[in-house]
Amino acid sequence: MSYVGIIVTFVFVQNFALNRLLGICPFIGVSRSPGTSLGLGVVITVVSALSALAARTVYHQALLPLGLTYLETVSFVLIAVALVRLLGETVRRASPGLHAVFGGFLPLVTTNCVVLGIALVVVRDGYGAAESIVAGLAAGAGYFLALGLMAALRDSLRKEWVPKPFRGVSITFISAGLMSLAFMAFDRALLKNLFG
Amino acid sequence: MSRRNPVFAMLLGLCPALAVTTRVDNALGLGAVVVLVLALSSLTVSLLGKHVPENLRTPAYIVIIASYVTVVDLFLRAYAPGLSKNLGIFLPLTAVNCLILGRVLIFAQDNPPGASLVDAMKSGFSFFCALVLIALVREVLGAGTITLFAVGPFRGVLVIPLLSENPVRVFGLAAGAFLVAGYLKALYDRLVSDEETGERES
Repeated sequence: MSYVGIIVTFVFVQNFALNRLLGICPFIGVSRSPGTSLGLGVVITVVSALSALAARTVYHQALLPLGLTYLETVSFVLIAVALVRLLGETVRRASPGLHAVFGGFLPLVTTNCVVLGIALVVVRDGYGAAESIVAGLAAGAGYFLALGLMAALRDSLRKEWVPKPFRGVSITFISAGLMSLAFMAFDRALLKNLFG
Repeated sequence: MSRRNPVFAMLLGLCPALAVTTRVDNALGLGAVVVLVLALSSLTVSLLGKHVPENLRTPAYIVIIASYVTVVDLFLRAYAPGLSKNLGIFLPLTAVNCLILGRVLIFAQDNPPGASLVDAMKSGFSFFCALVLIALVREVLGAGTITLFAVGPFRGVLVIPLLSENPVRVFGLAAGAFLVAGYLKALYDRLVSDEETGERES
């Protein structure tokens, strides 16, 4: 698949939060304020691109030749843990200001479904190295987009009257459902018409 | 449905709760996997107790959980290939299920094995119930069927006459998952707030 195709697929057609239902806990729980969503979105985009590349490399260079494919889950989880720690340290040394803004989100990302999910998807669909990075970035960006839309939506919902039992999480779920319906406009047929 | 239901009260483990609940049999399968992995990991972590160095705890626990997930994954691939295929990447994703990691970090690491096992069973069972409830609503409305496991002459699918001819397809899609979760959460909040007032935030 072309790079543009990969980007459109992961950002719109198979949006991780709205279509594949990955990373829902922070999507529903964290998207309360725009600032938090921004921080989490950026961190997830970076980590999922790195994790997709690392997982793909480890799988094809180490696990497959050695016949250790059953270690897939364990090694991908470890990759995420290692990446998050490495990234945290690097950013802290290189730019303390940046670390102050984004550092707090890093531990949250270790067990995020998006990060492990993209690693599994990239390996199962047999993506190349460059394709994996693009797919990781696109999946993260799509998730970021969904988080941002959700935060904006919650912000406007604050001004509206909502029936009591629906206040808080319930209305967020329902808004997410409607957003997911809207995203269904982006389907495989559209992708095919656009990119052949 | 307990008062501290992991899905509805604490919003833990939402991804699988929404993603695999298109059919009841998948929900039963994944629910059972989570209960099993949670029980085994809690027991292991509780037995390891204080032997794991402080700064290595989370990675160590994640590896323990991922190992049990791998065992279950291989077992299902061999003995229930259909279920394993339906669950897809959500089976390995159990390794980062926040419910499991949460119980292990909050409870099992500071408590004796017996108590940890009981706690794991309790949380696991409520999670299992939530999963099956969501799946039941979604499959009945979205396809007009209830898919269980085929045993002997029973083919495993219960068909609901009127609904199966005119199903509301949206409930089977991702959007339906969010909608059903939203309405069930509202119902849950309503029922719980009748019992205990206050303390519910936002």
